[in-house]
Parts: sequence; C-alpha cells; structure tokens
Amino acid sequence: MTALLEIKGLHAEISGGRKIIQGLDLTVNKGEIHAIMGPNGAGKSTLSYVLAGKPGYEITAGEVYLNGEDLLAMEADERAAKGVFLAFQYPLEIPGVATLTFLRAAFNAQRKARGEEELSSPDLIKRVREIAKTLNIDSEMLKRPLNVGFSGGEKKRNETLQMALLQPSLCVLDETDSGLDIDALKVVANGVNALRSAERGMIVITHYQRLLDYIVPDIVHVFAAGRIVRTGGADLARELEATGYAQYQSEAA
Amino acid sequence: MGVAIRKTKAELGLADLYQGARRYLPGGEEITAVRAAAFDRFTAVGLPHRRVEAWRYTDLRTQMKEAKRLASLPDDAAKAKAREAKDLFAGAGFRKLVIVDGAFVPELSDLAELETGLTIQPMADALAADKPLLSQRLGAIVPDDDPALALNTALAANGVVILVAPGTALSRPIHVAFVTTNWVATSMFTRSLVNIGAGASATIVESHQGPDGSEYQVNTAMQLVVGDEARIDHIKVVSDGNSALHIGSLLANIGARATFNQLGFVAGGSLIRNQLFVRLAGEGTVADIRGGSLLSGTQHADTTLAIEHAAENGQSRETFKAVVGDTARAVFQGKITVAPGAQKTDAKMMSRALLLSDEAEADSKPELEIFADDVQCGHGTTTGAIDDELLFYLMARGIPPDEAKALLIQAFIGEIIEGAANEAVRDALTGALLGWLGRRE
Ligand SMILES: Nc1ncnc2c1ncn2[C@@H]1O[C@H](COP(=O)(O)OP(=O)(O)O)[C@@H](O)[C@H]1O
Ligand SMILES: [Mg+2]
Repeated sequence: MTALLEIKGLHAEISGGRKIIQGLDLTVNKGEIHAIMGPNGAGKSTLSYVLAGKPGYEITAGEVYLNGEDLLAMEADERAAKGVFLAFQYPLEIPGVATLTFLRAAFNAQRKARGEEELSSPDLIKRVREIAKTLNIDSEMLKRPLNVGFSGGEKKRNETLQMALLQPSLCVLDETDSGLDIDALKVVANGVNALRSAERGMIVITHYQRLLDYIVPDIVHVFAAGRIVRTGGADLARELEATGYAQYQSEAA
Repeated sequence: MGVAIRKTKAELGLADLYQGARRYLPGGEEITAVRAAAFDRFTAVGLPHRRVEAWRYTDLRTQMKEAKRLASLPDDAAKAKAREAKDLFAGAGFRKLVIVDGAFVPELSDLAELETGLTIQPMADALAADKPLLSQRLGAIVPDDDPALALNTALAANGVVILVAPGTALSRPIHVAFVTTNWVATSMFTRSLVNIGAGASATIVESHQGPDGSEYQVNTAMQLVVGDEARIDHIKVVSDGNSALHIGSLLANIGARATFNQLGFVAGGSLIRNQLFVRLAGEGTVADIRGGSLLSGTQHADTTLAIEHAAENGQSRETFKAVVGDTARAVFQGKITVAPGAQKTDAKMMSRALLLSDEAEADSKPELEIFADDVQCGHGTTTGAIDDELLFYLMARGIPPDEAKALLIQAFIGEIIEGAANEAVRDALTGALLGWLGRRE
C-alpha cells in the first residue's frame, strides 16, 4: 500500500505564540478514511490549516509528505493543485465574487498548475450543475457571491460541491457537521461518501460522533493536547460518545 | 490687500497662455467677457494649494511645475493616430464623437442619422455664435469659484454640445472620446455641455486617453443640465497616459423627479483631480454617484464631490472606491449639503480604499452640512489591505496568490462597475480593470 499522507513528529505553533501541535504522527493510505476526534481547543483546526498551508504557523519540527513529496515546502495553492483539499469549519464569504466564477478560477488554476488543459466554461458549468443537483444546491445560488448570505448548511454543501468538482486526493474535513441539521448532514455525508474511492484518502475532523454514523471511518484517532493519544476502529467513536474526552485531557496534560 | 504671493512658473505660463490665446479663443462679446472675468478670478487666487480647503490633499501649486503650450489643431497625422487609438467601447455600437488634442473632429465622429430630438455641435462653433445658453451656462450653474474651473472657463477652446430635446428617449449611448495624440506635451482645455430636456433620457460616456510618457495637461469640464423627469447616465473613464495631468470638472444641475446616474473610473494618468459639483435642484430626484480608482506607481488621484440637495424628497447614494498600489495615493473628499427646506432628503455616502502596499495611501474626508431637520444622511469610510483569510481561502482552492489578489480586487471594485446600467459599459470598465491588473503583473 502506498502512503498518501505521512506526518512524522510534527510540532507546530502559532507564529510568536503557543505551541499547538506537539509531536504528531499519522499515516493515511489511499482508500482510507481517518477520523480525528478531540475536545475543543485540542488543535484540530490548526492541524487542518497546517496541512493546507495557511500562513501564520511555525513548523518547529517534523515532516509531512503527500505521495512522497514534501508538503511543507509548498504554498497553499501548490498543495491544492497536488490534491489537498480542506473543507473549512467556517467557510469564508467573499462579496463580489460569484460562486461560479470562483469555481471556474479554482478548477482551471489547478489544471493549469498540473499542466492539464483548462475546461471550457459551458463544460465546467454543466459539470458544476450536475454536482449541485446531487447536493440540493439551487443553480441560482451559484450566481450569488461566494457564501454571502448562505445559511450554515448551504455553506457546508458548497464546500462539498467544491470538493466534488476539484476531485482532490486528500480531503480534510474540519467539523463538517457543525451547524447542520440532520437532513443537511445526510446530504453532505452522501456527497462525501460519493467521493470515497480507492485512490483517495480522507481525514474527517469532528468533535461529535454523530457525523461518523454517516461517514463511517476505517480508523479513529483521539487527538488531545496536540497529538494522537489513542487509535482504534469505528467503535472507538461510539465509546468516546459515552465516556467523553476528560480522561484524555488529563492524560495529555 | 494681502501679501503678494510670488507667481509660480506655471501660473506665469498660464497667464501667457491666456494672453496669447484670448484674441482667437472662440466667443463673441459676451463669452469674451465671461472668459476675462474667469481669468481674473483665477489670477486673484492662483493655482490651488494645500491651504485651500477644497484642494488640501492636492497641491497643484507645487505639483504643476509649468504650463505646457496649447495644443495646436490636429493635423492629418494626429487624426490618423486618433483613429488608430484603442477604444474601450469599440464594438458597443455607441455613437462616437471624437475630440483630438482638444478639438472636435467631425470627420472622425459619427454624425450620421441623428435621432429626432438630438443635436450635436462642436463647442467651438457654439461659443463663436455667442449662444445665450452658453454664456449663461459657462458662468455658473454651480459655484464657479474653483480656480481650476475658472481656468477652464477662460481657456476652453472646444468640446461638444449635445442637446436632447424634451421627451426624447435616446436608446443609443453617445461616446465622447477625448484622445491626446501628441507625444510632445501640450495643454488642452475642453468644455462640453449636455442638455437633457424634460422627460428625455440619454447615456453619455466620456473617455480620456493619451500616450504614456508625455506630460500633457488636460483641463476638461462637462456641464450636465437635466430637466424634470429626465434621466441621464453619465460615465467618465480616465485612461490617460502615465505622465499626464488630468483635471476634470463635472457640473450637474438636475431637475425634479429625475434620475441621475454618474460613474467615474480612473485607470490612468499621473496626477488626476476629478471634481464633481452636483445640484439636485428639483424635488424627488434620485442620484447614484459612484467612483472607482485603480492606482499604482506614483499616481495621485483626487476625487472631490460636492452635492447639494436643494429640494425635498431627494435621494442620493455616493459610493467611491480606490485600489491603491505601490506609492500611489487616493484622495476622496465628499460633501453633502442639504438646503433648508430639502426635507425628507435621504443621502448616504461611502468611501473605501484597498491598499495593496505599505507605502500606498488613502485620504478620505466626508462632510455633511445639513440645514433641514427631517432628513436621513450618513457617511462611512474604510481603509484596509487585502484580507489574508480570504486570500488563503482562494489559495487553498488552488488559485495562485497573484490571481487570488486580482480576484479580490475585482470583487472590491465590482460594486462600482455594477453601477453602470448599460452592459457594454460594464464590459468596457471590466476590460479597463483587467488591463490595469495585467499591467501590474
Ligand atoms: N490565530 C490564533 N491565535 C491565537 N490562538 C489560537 C489561534 N488559532 C487557534 N488558537 C488557539 O489554539 C488552540 C487550538 O485551536 P484549534 O486548532 O482551533 O482547536 P480545535 O479545532 O481542536 O478546537 C486553541 O486553544 C485556540 O484558542
Ligand atoms: Mg476547530
């Protein structure tokens, strides 16, 4: 099996601030879905940002490889073109940029970076519409400025739409269930499940077990105080639901 | 008398220009008198400097080193250059009128099949005929004590007069293209008048362009006289050469229950001053005034607006945005005056600047002067850099940083462009924006 993502001994801190990730090891193989569960403030979002290449974090130790390539040496846009996708916990609103314009720019930029041919607008629109339909996204919404005035559920569906369009090799989903009611959760989970494939790996970050009823992981990690403190199968998520994170927080402290 | 201030080289040069030209500047007795009075007004105060409140951010006295000689009438070579010049509105089907080096050139202008109710005339002819309409208008429809405007009144040699008869709905927009062709720097004073009769409607586009590297000087003024229940959409695009001085004045007097949409766009020039004097003279008029400036290098662009709500039930929205890169500087001064009795006025002004570098600068001075008690007026100002969070979101989707920034700049200035009702105008402005973004790379 080929390792899709390899994180070795990662330490990261907020530039000029606190140490957040403190010795993280994680390997995600192609075809696997890993869940990372942990208490609020454990550093889960920070991990997702460090993987996606957000400025403002200092990597003080460790290595991260995507398909054997040094991910930490790349800018965020290069990482995306290499197949990293972060579904944001809080997707941003960009007034003045129509959703479709944004999708086209992202799609074609990635293709260009990979030396592939860009897709013509009509073809792209067709593809976007097809995906939108499966996610119950109204095509009027695609004309609206990106995420502006979207409900929480609409934003998360929009993230899922982007993911389905861009076909990344590594999906990192940060609290995709937050702000979703059960119906929206099912729609989003269906969208994510449709992307499960032998070529793709996923990291599903969540505080609650609920999402994992719909996106069933292969491996579950407990993340506390900046590192993985326990690893198990899908049943670990249910156990955590019953016991909570208190024991891990004290262990880590 | 106050202390005699030594005249600058530019002021002496302007006096020479006027003395040399006044005998052959077009105009009969009345116009000549208006010119002389205007030049006296200019001489009394000289070039504006930073102690003149309306010019506090644009010290023309310091920045205008000399007055370039007046442009000569365009010869065949100049006309050929003008014909070749890039046209932002090409293909839009607008009726194009061409002013070359300050002179109206009929043979380059589309004067065929004028719609019923539409009259077009070179300003030089109208001035020579001493038309009362002009001698009244040339003086004042709005305060005329501004020194740059006084200079224009004194020296304007040509331009265009567009008259739209009452009730005439012009569906085809008119594009007045001001093209400077001469690489040797000259100065050009143009004056135009657009008169929209009651119940009539028209779209007038004004564009200004010229060669890079030439320190030519433009002083241009446009008067809009808009009747009751009329509608005017006026768009002005400055894409002058990168060394040009552009001083533009818009003087608008709008009647009752009329619609006034004005959009100014700056994507060129070196030192630009766009001043707008707007009077909503009649009740119930709706005005939408927008401005967008795209600045880089050492550009300095000053937009100064004075709008007066003179009658009741008026509504106005003023929205100004500037994108400022390198060491450029954007200035916005906006003053809303609500006259006594202009009750139920609803006016909102907003100016925003997006700074692309640490050395870029934006100054904003909004003012409200309200003499009525039952009004809703407000203003706001913001200045900021590109939002790092938004930039990261775009980059996380694979969009390279330069393209992501360009997208955010487009989004920022998009609100101004969307103000144009005409699609071809929006496309042309978007084209100007993309051209500017392309030149930055
Ligand atoms: N930009 C920031 N500046 C300062 N502290 C931060 C910043 N981002 C996150 N933190 C802190 O870092 C810790 C980890 O945050 P985060 O990664 O968001 O945790 P999680 O997603 O697991 O809830 C928290 O204590 C949080 O308050
Ligand atoms: Mg989080």
